[in-house]
Amino acid sequence: MTGIIDYEAGNIRSVENALKRLGAEYVLSSDTEVLSSCDRLILPGVGEAGWAMEKLRAKDLEGFVRATEKPLLGICLGMQLLCSWSEEGDTGCIGIFENKVRRFRPDIVPGVKLKIPHTGWNSITSLKTDLFDGIRENSFMYFVHSYFAEVSGDTVSVTEYGHPFSSALRKGNFMGCQFHPEKSGDEGERIIANFLKMS
Amino acid sequence: MLTKRIIPCLDIKDGQTVKGVNFVSLKSVGDPVELAGAYSAQGADELVFLDISATLEGRKAFPELVARIARHINIPFTVGGGISTAEDASVLLRAGADKVSVNSAAVRNPDLIREIASRFGSQCVVLAIDARNVDGTWRVTTHGGSRFSDRELFSWAREAEGLGAGEILFTSMDHDGTCQGYACDVYRELSRILDIPVIASGGAGTAGHIIEVLSPEGGCADAALAASVFHYGRILIPDLKRQIAGHGIPVRL
Repeated sequence: MTGIIDYEAGNIRSVENALKRLGAEYVLSSDTEVLSSCDRLILPGVGEAGWAMEKLRAKDLEGFVRATEKPLLGICLGMQLLCSWSEEGDTGCIGIFENKVRRFRPDIVPGVKLKIPHTGWNSITSLKTDLFDGIRENSFMYFVHSYFAEVSGDTVSVTEYGHPFSSALRKGNFMGCQFHPEKSGDEGERIIANFLKMS
Repeated sequence: MLTKRIIPCLDIKDGQTVKGVNFVSLKSVGDPVELAGAYSAQGADELVFLDISATLEGRKAFPELVARIARHINIPFTVGGGISTAEDASVLLRAGADKVSVNSAAVRNPDLIREIASRFGSQCVVLAIDARNVDGTWRVTTHGGSRFSDRELFSWAREAEGLGAGEILFTSMDHDGTCQGYACDVYRELSRILDIPVIASGGAGTAGHIIEVLSPEGGCADAALAASVFHYGRILIPDLKRQIAGHGIPVRL
């Protein structure tokens, strides 16, 4: 059983649909007892970091996430919330990963304007961890985000947008991907399928 | 490297793909989900579904269709057509659409952009702008190009960005349906003045037109949307993407 952590974040539906397509059993809940009984957890997220942390704290989920020993996958904002701090609203986050989350700057590359948000299909490289079993280097994933996690020792996938950033992170049972595997075609679904094997 | 996006656009009437779509190897041309699946398999990067239903019953079928698309399709999709309130947008986003496009209603009430963006995030708000060149000024039109508003394209695009639009989808009504190429100079200017992605629409007749509007020497657009050239099989997406890549433009293959 996979638990989707429900803290009123947007776009949970697309994660649910992907799990349905893969035939996975799941439960959507904010109840830590229900979530504790799951084999693995997904922390979804579309929205604003400060707002999302408030919601997590209001539902007593921050401590639960920090303490869990189950495999946990944060998606998009969900991954950023697992980092230590976000420039978005100067927000202290859960702090599994030491990475800081910063905003893309449109003028970081001289002579080229970076559009923000970083929207569309970009390649993932330097892949590590079994989350990417069967996924080729330079596979394309779908991204929509204005903030990014810096590259660190926990980086297990690197993507380039003006500069390299962490498109996936892993530390022990904690994983996160900045892209949306549930919206990244068959290869994205493969990543979710890999996660569903973990317990 | 971030790739340029190729986006087929499907017109939906009463929950069905509009007749006239002549798509190879499809059992039921009327089923939007099957057509979307075929485009996704061919390498489309995103899809747009526009509801052009004229009746209330027809429009009621749309959210249900959106939910069905979301269950079956694993790439992002935008829905639009007749969204006039944040509640309309909310129904479609909750049904599983990734983005909504707003057009005429936002011209009447620009705050609609801010309302949707603040509730669901800028990433899901696409502002569609239709405009015609009148004596050198790009005047914004509504109701499918049939009425002029008092807005001008570039100032409206900038205002919309400020209100929280996540992308601009501009259609030149002078080029739409001509198959003679996109309004490249306009996309180039939009790309220069905006920090958000720009989607080109209207005028595609050949792969060369799409390459031109995406290229850094041409329209600098972030994505190209087209309908009939894909539906009638005049341009096949795998061939198109290989040609785009052949011109050194990053594309997802």
